[in-house]
Amino acid sequence: MNRINQKLQEDKKLLSIYFTAGYPNIDDTVNIIQNLENNGVDMIEIGLPFSDPLADGPTIQASSTQALKNGMTTEVLFNQLKDIRKSVNIPLIIMGYFNPMLQYGVEAFCAKCQEIGIDGLIIPDLPVDVYHEDYKATFEKYGLINVFLITPQTSDERIRYIDSISNGFIYMVSSASTTGAKAGFGNEQTNYFERIANMNLKNPQIVGFGISNNETFKQATKYAKGAIIGSAFVKHVTNEGTNTIDDFVNRILT
Amino acid sequence: MSYNVNEKGYYGEFGGAFIPEMLYPNVEELRQNYLKVMAEPEFQKEFNQLLKDYVGRPSPLYFAKRLSEKYNTKIYLKREDLNHTGAHKINNTIGQILMAKRLGKNRIIAETGAGQHGVATATVCALMGLECIVYMGEIDIARQAPNVARMKMLGATVVPATSGSKTLKDATNEAIRDWINNPVDTHYIIGSVVGPHPYPDMVARFQAIVSEEIQWQLQEHEGITKPDYVVACVGGGSNAAGAYYHFLEDTDVNLIAVEAAGLGVDSGESAATSVLGREGIIHGSKTLLMQTNDGQITEPYSISAGLDYPGVGPMHAHLYKSGRAEFISITDDDAMTAGLELCKLEGIIPAIESSHALAIFEKKQFQPNDILVVSLSGRGDKDLETYINHFKL
Repeated sequence: MNRINQKLQEDKKLLSIYFTAGYPNIDDTVNIIQNLENNGVDMIEIGLPFSDPLADGPTIQASSTQALKNGMTTEVLFNQLKDIRKSVNIPLIIMGYFNPMLQYGVEAFCAKCQEIGIDGLIIPDLPVDVYHEDYKATFEKYGLINVFLITPQTSDERIRYIDSISNGFIYMVSSASTTGAKAGFGNEQTNYFERIANMNLKNPQIVGFGISNNETFKQATKYAKGAIIGSAFVKHVTNEGTNTIDDFVNRILT
Repeated sequence: MSYNVNEKGYYGEFGGAFIPEMLYPNVEELRQNYLKVMAEPEFQKEFNQLLKDYVGRPSPLYFAKRLSEKYNTKIYLKREDLNHTGAHKINNTIGQILMAKRLGKNRIIAETGAGQHGVATATVCALMGLECIVYMGEIDIARQAPNVARMKMLGATVVPATSGSKTLKDATNEAIRDWINNPVDTHYIIGSVVGPHPYPDMVARFQAIVSEEIQWQLQEHEGITKPDYVVACVGGGSNAAGAYYHFLEDTDVNLIAVEAAGLGVDSGESAATSVLGREGIIHGSKTLLMQTNDGQITEPYSISAGLDYPGVGPMHAHLYKSGRAEFISITDDDAMTAGLELCKLEGIIPAIESSHALAIFEKKQFQPNDILVVSLSGRGDKDLETYINHFKL
């Protein structure tokens, strides 16, 4: 069974952390992953940097630009991760934009992910229908779970469709925004969380965007299986480097 | 083979809507409505009235006698430079502002490179009394001060794009991010035949007035409805899309697309996407774009700010790949020389973008009885400083 599915069966609320590979320094990737696992993080999204990250706010944009300047490429990332499964057991997901994957070759990319032990992919600009028609078979051949996003604007009908072709979890974007744009949740989010919870989808949901501390983590996971933190973590390593990852994770969980 | 968009939003294998889910409702609303709205008689009436009374259409189809004599062929210039705001860009912004109103939007965003599309958008927002926010790369703001001032005079807010390379592609990213953050009240007026479906098709349809006029104007001049060649410069490709539109399926009409070679296609400083680009995804569209082996989008170069976009619209990618259009790239120097030649021979100062199209006569021989229409997409007032520096005037 895929590590993501196994993890989702655990009787706890899950904390997933996003970081940009190759940032702050090109060789931080493995260290950050190990550190996050050792401090109790349940799942990791490894950001493959892209020159034009449309769905991301300033924090992740800046980290991506710096990572590329540091020399990060798809090939470099795969090399850094080649022995990752000797030391890390939690689910690992690569999150990135579609063009770098397309240039690598979608099938070659998926094959490499399987070889390394990557469990899933999040590709914000790969549309659901294109995935369904052109790439689903390839992803499944290599045992990869593709994770789709939904937002407060996504219709029930479309959510049902996304649920029907998902086989891991649904990434619930908390508000109509780019990453890191809004802090905290209001009534609109609570209503949305309740609405989705009441749909009784077959896939569990994990909430992302707007989670930065223990309070927002608890709010998000009141209705959902887990929560994803991205910009807040990238900000943390920007300001404090990679030595105090334990502090960051502890502040979220307690 | 068809050269128009299919029902799924593709030109051949190019196009589509590779957008994050956050944008899906906005783009889907537009996709479901744009053809219906454009077909409404009231919409057509208002659009055509504004093109006539406000833009000054039809733009003349001018027989360039001295230029024709020099190159021993028959050259007509489609004078989009005579439009209000100085270029073809306004055809699209008029159409899209009416679309935005029909969709109940009260906040308009746009991207701009050199500022021409920004000015055309700010203009129609002033005309309709709608809020206007224009994203422009920080570097472009510094080098296009007069257009920044124009937009401000017209009431627009100009927001610097400070991410990535701080130019047109980043301004486009910022506009898309704004739209993600404002999904309900905002319409995004894209300035070219780029972006996710339905934008390339919608913008092409608004620009199609250009080839529609060419048809009846040629009838008046020559007693025929189609030329042997249509020539246009291509950055994103909106003026070319408009000039080609009604001739796309008629292979008697040869299409020539002129790209900016910059300092030369092999110089590393170029914007000749058909030569240097590969298939990939930029701004939500599968098309040809300039990128690293690793799939990172690179920064193009041209002396002409309107041509330094790292991609081309999906229609043009298809015209290139299918061989329907011939693509020619023209260097900075050759474009500038051709621009100056038009000044001396015809008394018309062209935009440097359009000068690229004019430069093909030194590259390619035509028959004396060939009839060519060259899209003179814009006027050169905005480029005076570049002309001054280049020719030490």
